[in-house]
Amino acid sequence: MFSSVLSVIGMIQSIIFSIGAYVVSTLDTIGSFFLFMWGVLKTAFSSKLRLHQLFEQMLAIGVQSLSIILLTGFSTGAVLAWQSYIGFKRFGAEDFIGPVVALSLIRELGPVLTGLMVTGRAGSAMTAELGTMSITEQLEALQTLCIDVNQYLMVPRILGATIIIPFLAVFSMICGIIGGYLICINVLHINGEQYISGIKTFVELPDIMGGLCKAAAFGFIFSSVGCYKGFYTSGGAKGVGLATTQSVVISSISILIADYFLTTLLFK
Amino acid sequence: MIELINVRKRFSDDADWITDGVNLTIPEGQTTCIIGKSGEGKSVLLKQIIGLIKPTSGSILIDGVDITKLDGDELKHVFKKIGYVFQFAALLDSLTVFENVGLPLLEKGIPKEEVLPIVKEKLTLVNLSPEQTMDKYPSEISGGMKKRVGLARTLIVNPKIILYDEPTTGLDPITTRIIHELMFTTQKKLGLTAVVISHDIEIFKYVDRVALLNERKIQYVGDAKTIWESDNPYVHQFIRGLTEGPIQTERTKEEMPKRKRPSWR
Repeated sequence: MFSSVLSVIGMIQSIIFSIGAYVVSTLDTIGSFFLFMWGVLKTAFSSKLRLHQLFEQMLAIGVQSLSIILLTGFSTGAVLAWQSYIGFKRFGAEDFIGPVVALSLIRELGPVLTGLMVTGRAGSAMTAELGTMSITEQLEALQTLCIDVNQYLMVPRILGATIIIPFLAVFSMICGIIGGYLICINVLHINGEQYISGIKTFVELPDIMGGLCKAAAFGFIFSSVGCYKGFYTSGGAKGVGLATTQSVVISSISILIADYFLTTLLFK
Repeated sequence: MIELINVRKRFSDDADWITDGVNLTIPEGQTTCIIGKSGEGKSVLLKQIIGLIKPTSGSILIDGVDITKLDGDELKHVFKKIGYVFQFAALLDSLTVFENVGLPLLEKGIPKEEVLPIVKEKLTLVNLSPEQTMDKYPSEISGGMKKRVGLARTLIVNPKIILYDEPTTGLDPITTRIIHELMFTTQKKLGLTAVVISHDIEIFKYVDRVALLNERKIQYVGDAKTIWESDNPYVHQFIRGLTEGPIQTERTKEEMPKRKRPSWR
């Protein structure tokens, strides 16, 4: 009897210990992320910006992700128009398909889908590249050559992503609206002028600005996580794979959480 | 002069000691070779000398300055004084040979036209043809050439001290000899203080002193010319590659964290 009570107490103790260890380790990771970002931001504001590296990153993150963004935007707009048509037809509100497609894309789907797609394409590549540099001692080599790793590698990546993602989001929005338009006039046989005039009436500048702010925030999130995970990669090829997966998962979840808070903040 | 005083290192509180009380004096203008079996902590020791890894306790004096007490920007002064040649060269994959070698100068804002002749000079110094190599990427050159480019990149900042981490690992005997001769001539020509980690007993012909690291401590320091006559049991076993003797079989290697994650704890 006494021994079984002891074993239950021992079990409870080990569960509490495991939970405590997990909480401490999570807090430790979050703390180290913010310390890393503090170092990067300090460098960004206190040292010369490497313009060449910045444009190189904007090219790698932005231009090379363009095709996938255009495709995603177009198909989302087209599907959204179809789905809206099915619902709105019941109330005879087909006139509102244009504004609904446009507002959904501008305020929500354009920035979020762009953020998630670029996380998968460029965020993973960023972590893998920095992770490989880490395990092959290239980051240490830069240090020994008196080159500030934050200034040379991190700031151009994070700033480049933050600047370029809103542009990609604009392309995604435009493509989505075009996709919806083409479905409306060719498949659903809705007047194209009605579609456009609905958008002109209902979409306002704050909607667009809010969407672009969201996109910039998502660019900052995925590039920061990508750089952090890449910088602290260890454990050979397996470590690079793990860091890359973690980077994509953490960035995607963070983007979805940030989306909720940004929506409540920007679109009151 | 470099002085290591009672240097102890472990990566966490519950981990084994990697080095446990290393004492070593590295004289100026000479080449000292540190030998020891794999996983003994030689690379960790070398990285502590340049400040990439902080010892858990002990002091490392470089020209009288304890670098274990330095942080961040202060360490940059150490990096200016010391060059580090990495085991696998650690060239930046995305840059050409020219950009790799000239990187420290290009990053200081020195125009490409001014950097070009310096890069050519350093590549020639390491027996590489600038015309044939400058525009190539690291993936397009051989292992031996990569090591020489790594050395040229280190020399471009004119260091006083140069640290080599197993510079001939994975190279064929001919390239190994070329690299050894290159290290020797560079050291003599520039009057550098050099520390080399190596498993290659051929290197004894080219260095001044040999130190043997075993069981977390320096067990022997002596003249390279007379090492074959040494009656030190560790040296006797190691340089002859004997399986019987005081040196125990290889122990497991603890992974060296690439860099310490900042922690609030």
